[in-house]
Amino acid sequence: MPESVNSNPLVPSLKQRFAGYIETAQVYAQPYLDLPNDSFKKTVAVALALCLVGAVVVSGSAVILRPLQQWNKSKDEKVNILEVAELYQKGMDVDAAFQDIETRIVDLATGDYVENVDAKAYDQWKAAKDPAQSEAIPADKDIAGIKRKPKYAKVYLVKQEGKLKTVILPVNGYGLWSTMFGFIALEADGQTVVGVNLYDQAETPGLGGEVVNPKWKALWKGKKVYNFSGKDVHESNLSEKGQTVEVGEVALGLVKGFVDPSKPGAEYQVDALAGATLTSRGVSNLVQYWMGHEGYGIYLTKLRSARG
Amino acid sequence: MELTDDNKKVLVEPLVENNPITLQVLGICSALAVTSQLSTALIMCLALTTVTAFSSAGIAFIRNHVPSSIRIIAQMVIIASLVIVVDQVLKAFAYEISKQLSVFVGLIITNCIVMGRSEAYAMKNPPWESFLDGIGNGLGYSLILIIVATIRELLGSGKLLGIDVLPLIKDGGWYQPNGLLLLPPSAFFLIGLIIWAVRTWKPKQVEKADFAIQPAHGIVHGEAH
Repeated sequence: MPESVNSNPLVPSLKQRFAGYIETAQVYAQPYLDLPNDSFKKTVAVALALCLVGAVVVSGSAVILRPLQQWNKSKDEKVNILEVAELYQKGMDVDAAFQDIETRIVDLATGDYVENVDAKAYDQWKAAKDPAQSEAIPADKDIAGIKRKPKYAKVYLVKQEGKLKTVILPVNGYGLWSTMFGFIALEADGQTVVGVNLYDQAETPGLGGEVVNPKWKALWKGKKVYNFSGKDVHESNLSEKGQTVEVGEVALGLVKGFVDPSKPGAEYQVDALAGATLTSRGVSNLVQYWMGHEGYGIYLTKLRSARG
Repeated sequence: MELTDDNKKVLVEPLVENNPITLQVLGICSALAVTSQLSTALIMCLALTTVTAFSSAGIAFIRNHVPSSIRIIAQMVIIASLVIVVDQVLKAFAYEISKQLSVFVGLIITNCIVMGRSEAYAMKNPPWESFLDGIGNGLGYSLILIIVATIRELLGSGKLLGIDVLPLIKDGGWYQPNGLLLLPPSAFFLIGLIIWAVRTWKPKQVEKADFAIQPAHGIVHGEAH
């Protein structure tokens, strides 16, 4: 072995502790270490050894730290849910605030609550990848570019004095680079937007990435989702009982240029993101998809009629 | 562990005398990107110092056995592995800040300071010295980042580490924040000013011009042509 380590006083004790291993390793490594540095054999051996060490270090750290990262992620998700419903304040006790939010599972096809699924443990986006819990979306209907949708969705209900105040719906859709994940919060009328928060995305920073800009997110507040005055375009039949539910036309979307609040239809329009046409289109499409009868349309219609 | 005089020199020299940002003008990209807030800058400094120190030590440890044909790739493997570990640690222990730093932690891999130190120093010196050299250069980088971030956050948003220092007009105070300081170009101006100040203080650092402009004929007297 070359000098190099003599100046480090830590080394002797380590050497004593691992004496056996070091000697064994030396026996195996010595023939390679003795090769000239630029020989083909040594080049390959050094490259392989380095890759092995690198892989062990990287995967080791990933495995050891995963539980902590997941805890962070679930806390972050809770913060985002509270934020979209305008309940979040900096430094608040997230878990305590989350106690007041009811988590329910909804069958997207019928719009009814499902009771036999553990709402806390259910992961909608994991279910969307599982063939048993999801269905493929036909290409012509897949405007949000998500390929599969879960049969059951996990919705969050904010109640105040026993009455429903806000309903928070998870949504996803493809933008330019990434599938964006987030929440849309609606008032109890299933029509008025409280907030939109697409917090998990990898769009171009500064352009499409501005979907997380608080100023842009604030534009959504008070906008309306459905246009009931026009003809109800989506008539979705609930095959089994032959009943039909009329889902309003999803009118909400992004428009280029400035939204003039005095013009008719402004309540359905939000400024598109400057310089991010494809991300903006992705956001419009995901609203269109998830608010339509394929998504939460039927559930929201039932929610409205139950409210009277 | 006793530090010899040489060790101390390796540790202290990169702070002013041989600062990676002001003298070598390396690592500018991240210096522009993460300095709009002091908290992100501090975490970035910590991450970069850790990576530089340990990658230098690791590279120095194997320096006598690295075939020169794959020298750079071998260095990159070590640096990249360490950066991923640092990124994972940040995601586990400083989730909010790791979200703000986003790609810039990953970009430490391509930070010229890390590469520069491993190629220029760690390939020729023992691990302990290389480790100190990495710490020293990380601190040199940190010093400039902290100065720039302090100025930018204080004047740009009236805060330091997120705590209000200068009361803003919109909150009923007297300070009108300078929005330019929150944009990346302002860091360029600030670093330029710092380089100017350092080179005025230490004229030795001023680079000689590569070529001198020839004086025009007839203007300079005493030259016979």
